[in-house]
Formats: sequence, structure tokens, C-alpha cells
Amino acid sequence: MAEIQELERIASQVRRDIVRMVGKVKSGHPGGSLGCTDFLVALYFDVMKHDISFNMEGRGEDVFFLSNGHISPVFYSVLARSGYFDVKELSTFRFLNSRLQGHPTTHEGLPGVRIASGSLGQGVSVATGVALAKKMDGDDRFVFVLTGDGELQEGQIWEAVMFAAHNKVDNLILTVDYNNCQIDGTVDQILSLGDLKGKFKSFGWEVLEMNGNRMEDVVFTLSEAQLKAKKGKPIAILMTTEMGAGVDYMMGTHKWHGSAPNAEQVEKAMAQLEETLGDF
Amino acid sequence: MSLKNITYTDKKDTRSGFGQGIYEAGLANPNVVTLCADLIGSLKLEKFIEAFPDRFIQAGIAEANMIGVSAGLAIAGKIAVPTTFANFGTSRVYDQIRQSVAYSDKNVKIACSHAGLTLGEDGATHQVLEDIGMMKMLPGMTVVVPADYNQTRLATKAVVEWHGPCYLRFGRPVWPIFTPSEDSTFQIGKAQFLSEGTDVTIIACGHMVWQAVEAGKQLEANGVSVELINMHTIKPLDIDAILKSVAKTGCIVTAEEHQYNGGLGESVARVLVSNIPVPQEFVAVNDTFGESGTPDQLLEKYGLSPQNIVAAAYKAIERKK
Repeated sequence: MAEIQELERIASQVRRDIVRMVGKVKSGHPGGSLGCTDFLVALYFDVMKHDISFNMEGRGEDVFFLSNGHISPVFYSVLARSGYFDVKELSTFRFLNSRLQGHPTTHEGLPGVRIASGSLGQGVSVATGVALAKKMDGDDRFVFVLTGDGELQEGQIWEAVMFAAHNKVDNLILTVDYNNCQIDGTVDQILSLGDLKGKFKSFGWEVLEMNGNRMEDVVFTLSEAQLKAKKGKPIAILMTTEMGAGVDYMMGTHKWHGSAPNAEQVEKAMAQLEETLGDF
Repeated sequence: MSLKNITYTDKKDTRSGFGQGIYEAGLANPNVVTLCADLIGSLKLEKFIEAFPDRFIQAGIAEANMIGVSAGLAIAGKIAVPTTFANFGTSRVYDQIRQSVAYSDKNVKIACSHAGLTLGEDGATHQVLEDIGMMKMLPGMTVVVPADYNQTRLATKAVVEWHGPCYLRFGRPVWPIFTPSEDSTFQIGKAQFLSEGTDVTIIACGHMVWQAVEAGKQLEANGVSVELINMHTIKPLDIDAILKSVAKTGCIVTAEEHQYNGGLGESVARVLVSNIPVPQEFVAVNDTFGESGTPDQLLEKYGLSPQNIVAAAYKAIERKK
């Protein structure tokens, strides 16, 4: 499948961007960004109908919300590589006077961003509001939202999950980055989510599962999600990912959740990731 | 312009002014969407819901989600008006407002009833006295605290058409109706002068404006010339009105149904010390929580009666010497 190969080539470049952005400013969250790279690449380069001449309202478009705003490096890279802004701007990430703030914001007017996120647990509510508005306006496009798994410990998430099901917000596709990692350890150690699939189901959601680091699976499941949507239930996708995916020394540990690689480590990562679209 | 001519023939709750105002706003603008966290009756939303059932969203007892959904509706071009009691619409959801509404500059109008002591018997859990401070501190947030039924109706229509995040604060008790009802009489950020005078400026907001009218009448009867300003917009503050008035009077009293800390009085004080430092006396709640009681009992016990304003005025005038 040429298409899958093309998406994988883009993902390789996005992973390079992530490591180089975080390495340059010596801060940021590379682990979750790498884990969610395949998902965001699939969304922006295959699944979503979207317009890079950005307008806030997103009428007639699919829109995406990043609720776990700390994985901003992958979001910024994918937006830039899609054409929302010049890839050169990725080099300003987290530096003073940048539009690429530590956590995404509309405040600096960065095209592609529709809400500030970073304080966790708020994005599902926001996405639900947009999805409701689309239904009110007869706009048949979808609203996608990504949350972390640790983020599901926030109570507001479950307010939104209850609300979306009650109001039959069936144009909403929520994906959980199910990597079982958070800052202080594994999600199971810190505050277990228990039977997450069962929880979503009992709240009245349609639940799908996928391996978020297999591009073919991601593309297939996201199209399946769209087929299952608009039948009265919001859709949740439990997406198993590996934190740090694509960089061997960042995998299998939560150490790289919020710490940056040094110059030598950046080089080591570059050796594992093919430069396919030209570094910024 | 004297205060003795300011009277009332009818009393209504300010929240009913919101109910009428939001209905009229909904009639004028099809983008208006209201939300409520299980308090439709308390917010007087029945008329809006009956007229525009498809533009009302029942959020349930889940205020954090209601604020987020409102931000989402605003992204998609709606004018979202989440409503609940003032405590639950501000302090309970402060970070949701800060990140998803204020920092994200969303066109969300947080409209809250039952602010302050005058909600009465429910007691301190519900009597938020910190909301003006919390909301005015947020960059980009407009804060409006109308004085009576007429003004709440007008303020509701005005905030709906005003771009950007707004907090509209009103209340539960039936209260004298004494401000005009014509659209042209209310402008966000433009203070309303109820009397002109030369001895003391009194600046009040919300229910305290009527308390100040009563206080001003007593002062006038004793020969004190009072300039009474209804500061219905806390932010952006009408700085010119304050400075012009104190240039004449040389002293000031602020009155609000809110803590001293963070309230209207502090905003006024900042303007004064940076421009024309003059004596200022504060009529506000003194760093304490409220309790159960009738509105009148509570206003008296917590120092928010007309007598408190009269005493503060004499003290401010005395300090000029």
C-alpha cells in the first residue's frame, strides 16, 4: 500500500521534527508526541477534510482538538508539514516571542489552533461544543479530539463523556492515547482507569480499539470510526501507543514524558529516523 | 440632577431582567445559544427556551463541562451564554474559564444569578463574594454588574452583542426598579450618573446602587451635595467618570455586595492613587463569609445598608480637611 508508506515517510519526518524541536530548546514533551505521531499524521494527511487557509469556525471541515496540550511538538510539526505555517517556524518552539508556545494557544494567532490546552481535561468538552454546533447548523463533518490516558483522571472528562452520550453527539470521535504512562509512573500505579472500554460503553459510547503505532491500523480504524458515527452514539477509540515510539532509548520508560534529549541523544535519534521531507 | 426625584413604582428581581433580556437577544440574533446547569427556573430562562427550544442546552449539574461546551459553541460561531448561580459559574470553574474562555478569547457570556449576600437563606456556600475579583483579574474579560431589572435587561442584550468573554452578575431578591428602560441609556464601560454633586462621590454597583440612592437622599436632606455614579461595568472601568467626579468632590465612597479584596473599590482605588489621590471609604464585606438570613438582615449585619454608606460619606468628607 503506497499510501500507507507515504504516511509513514511523513511520520518519520514529524518524529525528527519533534526530537529536534525539543532538543533545541531543551524542554518539552517528546515521549507522548512520538507515541501519537502516526495518529496525527493519519488524521491530517489522510482522514480529515480540512482547509489549510485556516478559519476559526471550521464550517464544512473536519476539526481536531488536542486536549493533552503538552504533546504540542507533534501537533505543531503536523500543522506545519500540512501547510498551516512555514516549517521554519518550528525552530521557535518554546522560545520567547514564539507563536509555538509550550502548550498550544490561540493567543498568538497560530493557524490550525482553535483553543488553548494544557490544563488537562477541558478538550473533550470543547470538542463536544463544536460537534453540537455542527449538528445545529446541519454541517455533516466530524470533530476529532485526542486525550491522554492519565488525563482521564480529570473529573471534567466524565462530565463531557456523559453529556456527549446523553445529547447523542454522534459526530464526535474521541481518541485516548492509551500508553499507560504519566509523569509519576504508570497509569495503573498512579490512579488506575480500570475497565476503560467498559466505562465508555456503559456511558453509552461506541468503542473501538487500535494500535496507534501501526499506520495501517490507524487509517483503517479511523475510517471505521467514521462509518460507525452518526448512528446516535459518540465514538471512543482506545489507541494503544508506545511512549517514545520510533526512538529506541525513549521507549519502554516514562522518563521521556517531559524531559528533553541532549545534543548527543538527538543525534542518536536522528540516526534512527529517516529525513524524508527536509529538516526545518 | 438630585436624588430626591429618583423613585420607584415597581420591584422585580434582576434575574428576571436577564430572562427578558436574553429572550430579546435571542429574538434579535439567531446565533445566541443558552446553556444552564439545572437551574432553569432560577435563571428565568423559561421564555427563551419556549421561544427557541433548539438553541437551549441543558448541561446538567456539570458546570466545568458547560463552560467547555460553551467555548466550543463559540469556536463554531455561536454566542454561548452559560448560566447558573454565580458561585458555580465562577469560582467552581475558574480554570475552565481562564484557559478555554479568557485565554482562548472565546465569545462566551457567563451569566450568573444569586450573586452576593442577597440570595439570602441558602447561606454562605452559595453567597459568592469573590466573583468580581476573580473575573476582573482575567485578561480580556469584561465584567458587568447591573443595578436593577431594567438595567439587567439592557446589560444582557449589550453583552450578547459585545465581542469577547463577558461576565454578567445579577441576583435573586426583588429590588426597586429605578433606572431607565430605553436601549440608549446603557452602554458597556460608560458609567451612569444618577446625581451631580460637589461634596462627595459615591460609586456603587449592583444592588448597592439602590442602597446608595437611599443613602444619598439622606445626605442631601442634611445639606450634603452627592454625586452618585452607577458603575455597572467593573471592567473596562470608566476612568474618566471617576476622575472628573473626584476633581469636583475631592473624596469618594465605593459600595458593593462583594469582598473589599478584589472588588470595585479596589479598582477605583487604583485609578485614584495613580491620578488624583483623594480620601476613599469602602462599603463592602470585610474578609468574611456570609450566612443564612433575609437579604435585608444580611445587608445590615455585614455593613451594606444605606446607613453604612451615609457614615462612610461623612468619614470621607471629614478626611478631606
